[in-house]
Amino acid sequence: MSLFGDAIGWLLDPANWQGPQGIGARLIEQLAYTFGAVLIALVIALPLGILIGHTGKGRDVAVALSGGLRALPSLGLLILIALGLGIGFRAPLITFVILAIPPVLAGTYAGIEAVDRKTVDAARAMGMTEWQIITRVELPLGLPLLIGGIRSGVLQVVATATLAAYVTGGALGSFIYLGYSTRNYTIMLGASILVTLLAIVLELLLSLVQRLVVPRGVVAGTAENVRERPTRLRPVMGTPIQEGK
Amino acid sequence: MNWVFSNVELILSLTATHAVLSAIPIVLSFVFSVPLGWLANRFRLTRGVLLTVGGLLYTIPSLPLFIFLPALTGTQITDPINVEIGLTIYGVALLLRTTADGLRGIDPDILQSASAMGYSGAQRFFRVEFPLAGPVLLSGLRVVSVSTVSLLTIGSAVGVTSLGYLFINGFQRNIPAEVLTGIVMVLVIALVFDGILVLLGRLLMPWTRRDRIAKARSRRQATALTAEGASA
Repeated sequence: MSLFGDAIGWLLDPANWQGPQGIGARLIEQLAYTFGAVLIALVIALPLGILIGHTGKGRDVAVALSGGLRALPSLGLLILIALGLGIGFRAPLITFVILAIPPVLAGTYAGIEAVDRKTVDAARAMGMTEWQIITRVELPLGLPLLIGGIRSGVLQVVATATLAAYVTGGALGSFIYLGYSTRNYTIMLGASILVTLLAIVLELLLSLVQRLVVPRGVVAGTAENVRERPTRLRPVMGTPIQEGK
Repeated sequence: MNWVFSNVELILSLTATHAVLSAIPIVLSFVFSVPLGWLANRFRLTRGVLLTVGGLLYTIPSLPLFIFLPALTGTQITDPINVEIGLTIYGVALLLRTTADGLRGIDPDILQSASAMGYSGAQRFFRVEFPLAGPVLLSGLRVVSVSTVSLLTIGSAVGVTSLGYLFINGFQRNIPAEVLTGIVMVLVIALVFDGILVLLGRLLMPWTRRDRIAKARSRRQATALTAEGASA
């Protein structure tokens, strides 16, 4: 495994981290792409997802969009936009926004839609306005799925941001591209390790957030559901009534 | 459009290569994920371990994965086998969870009935559990199919021939029509594969057409999967 040893050695060498071409700057570019694109996607997809989830209208469009865009090859999209807009950071950013919208949209409308309609009706019967229903009932209850959507959007973009280098948009893919053209496998592997670590760290952080945002009242509700979940086959000791389900 | 007409042969041969290279990991991930999904559903310990490992593998971005694999397997980086292994890993990671969820969603009363009728463990699995988990498995397989066809193009960034070649080549020669052709052909393959899977599902599971409950369930599952998303 000297290949991995060399790659980790390259990663740990402080000299490689400095300067505008260094690992540090490229890492910041990668993060800037990721959070920039996801933020823009949030501004676009969040209101849309809330509207679709709340009214139930346009659901098919959201499903088709979030499913269909999965088939769109990100590298092709990136290059097509870059040919139109020229090299630089704009083409990658637009591509990543397009990639981040479907998961955010799907997470938002799925989260809102998953809220029990009886709960929504109860809120309405209590005299809440539609806006209050959205902000006080549907959003808090749908938050875990919503964060899940953002999480997969972030994951998608942080992975794809590696491709920005193909249209000279910088980020960590620059090392992979450089390594490929100069046949320097150490650099390619080193950058790959870093991108993977970055993706895993972001994934863990966001899954933690996802777990933390579940409203406290809902935790009790899910505990009840867990018991109702079909269990594995057990030997029947007593009658089904004594045993429970 | 001129570019398309003068390069029909190249487009068709790349499309054929792309279809074959993406079909292999889709089939392999189905073959591997059924026993693994069964194992993940059967024991609490294996469930935790398998689903966690699957989730982590799924987190690895594809381009880095295609670069890791030669270091682990000793193959050349431009060898298509790296991409095939990588895509199979993603497919298994996703389908394993879907299979486990599908199996877990079966009403335990049905399983008890099957056992009461004298089915052995294996019979019960193949004749009851597997068909009943079928609609959920199919929706998972459709996600794997679409994302595999699309992810294969990333391999062209490390020199593995697929429709992605049209992206790289079109960029270097500044021919937007070439890039667009590549995208369209990827979408066509994805659509055809999806159609084949839906058709297979109807042939093998005729009851799902009538059973509205199962349909609603698999749709809900598909929505949840869509929300998850694949990493490029």
